[in-house]
Amino acid sequence: MSAEELQIVWFTLRVAALSTVLILPFGIVVAWLLARRDWRGKSVVETLVALPLVLPPVATGFLLLKFLGRRGPLGSFLHQYFDLDIVFTWRGVVVAIAVMSFPLLVRAARIAFQEVNPRLEQIAATLGAGRLRIFFTITLPLAARGIVAGALLAFSRALGEFGATILVAGNIPGKTQTIALSIYSLVQLGHDTAAFRLLTISVVIAFVVVWLSELFYRRRDHA
Amino acid sequence: MRKTLMFQLICGVLFASITLLLADESRTAKQNQLTKELNVFAAASLSDVLKEISENYAKETGERLVFNFAASSTLERQIEEGAPADVFFSADEEKMDKLENKGLLLPGTRHSLLSNTLVIVVSIDSSLRVNSAFDLTNAAISQVAIGEPSSVPAGIYARQCLTQFGLWQKLKGKCVPTENVRAALAAVESGNADAGIVYKTDARISKGVRVAYEVPVANGPRISYPIAVIRDSREAEAAKRLVRYLGSDGALQVFRKYGFLVDARSH
Repeated sequence: MSAEELQIVWFTLRVAALSTVLILPFGIVVAWLLARRDWRGKSVVETLVALPLVLPPVATGFLLLKFLGRRGPLGSFLHQYFDLDIVFTWRGVVVAIAVMSFPLLVRAARIAFQEVNPRLEQIAATLGAGRLRIFFTITLPLAARGIVAGALLAFSRALGEFGATILVAGNIPGKTQTIALSIYSLVQLGHDTAAFRLLTISVVIAFVVVWLSELFYRRRDHA
Repeated sequence: MRKTLMFQLICGVLFASITLLLADESRTAKQNQLTKELNVFAAASLSDVLKEISENYAKETGERLVFNFAASSTLERQIEEGAPADVFFSADEEKMDKLENKGLLLPGTRHSLLSNTLVIVVSIDSSLRVNSAFDLTNAAISQVAIGEPSSVPAGIYARQCLTQFGLWQKLKGKCVPTENVRAALAAVESGNADAGIVYKTDARISKGVRVAYEVPVANGPRISYPIAVIRDSREAEAAKRLVRYLGSDGALQVFRKYGFLVDARSH
């Protein structure tokens, strides 16, 4: 691997990991609310969360661009008061891939929560455990494997995201270029061998991540 | 009971959509017989002017032009991979050379039609003062949108121009490379890039940017738009007619109206 390729791979892994860590707490809360509670507007939130999964990624990217751009509602605020730019920076990459991978995490975590037997929680309650204690000592540990599998899936989605990323963060070598964007540029340039090298690297990474997430699913079945 | 109903419903929807698709297919097929269709792969910077010309062309000849607008680098790759293009209208000679060297052009149909000028644009409501390319080094400018500087023609020209001014090394880090020249224009329009380097013709069609500095033709890179018929065109005769038409006075007048320079070599 050349220094540039190393930089691209390392950057991609870092932003994907950061995005996964960032969405994890939100994903767990939303998944739990969807799995365990009935509330007004639940179906709306349910649909909204799943939307990035079915919308064309560029459509999601376009919405984010409008929202986070320097003239967008949030983007103009951040630019003016914090001198913070999201569009065309690495932050844009993180936001784009976080939004795109969020539904995968929520789906997996929600199923994991639904599979936890509520009687165990009820028993804990009769023994005097508070809600938070029940969640952190009973529900979360029992759902953990499913959540980790979901997080790995979200991570692998984040690694490969293209459509939303290129709109929000651009394709800037050394700054916002991920493996997927780089493969695209290399093909455009006609550097097919270099594209194949990156392709091989991403196959290896994807293989390891999917394999790990399958491993987590399977172990849960045996437990 | 519910299952069979569901099954019937799904079958019905499938059947209906297939019928619709087939009906649409036969309609376009009929249209093709009536009017000839030419696939024109053209540089993104030509999109507005060619749309206007195509309307005139359809009126005069009854032939319909179907466009694929993108960066010439993208188009060159697509044609190389066998995309069904009849005519290629590139924003630089290098892309045409590539196709010619691979024997993908119809011999004798290539010639250079147009030229253009580079300009530095800023957003219409920007307070930045840019009076020369050197002003781009100003610390207030953090992002300069240009076409991808190693493949997209507008980006290559911008890089050559900045290199000539001795600014490329300084400005390289500020450059936001884009998919094609129109994407660079859009980045400036939306305010997400502080400035951009695009063609004068792009700046002219945009209401969201103002020209801060125009690179004098004598100091800028040689910009040239060649056109040619693709070897595998199934409509080679019609394609040749179109290429001739684009070099005619009527078409050149429209090109001039949009700010293109009519290349002297074609006369």
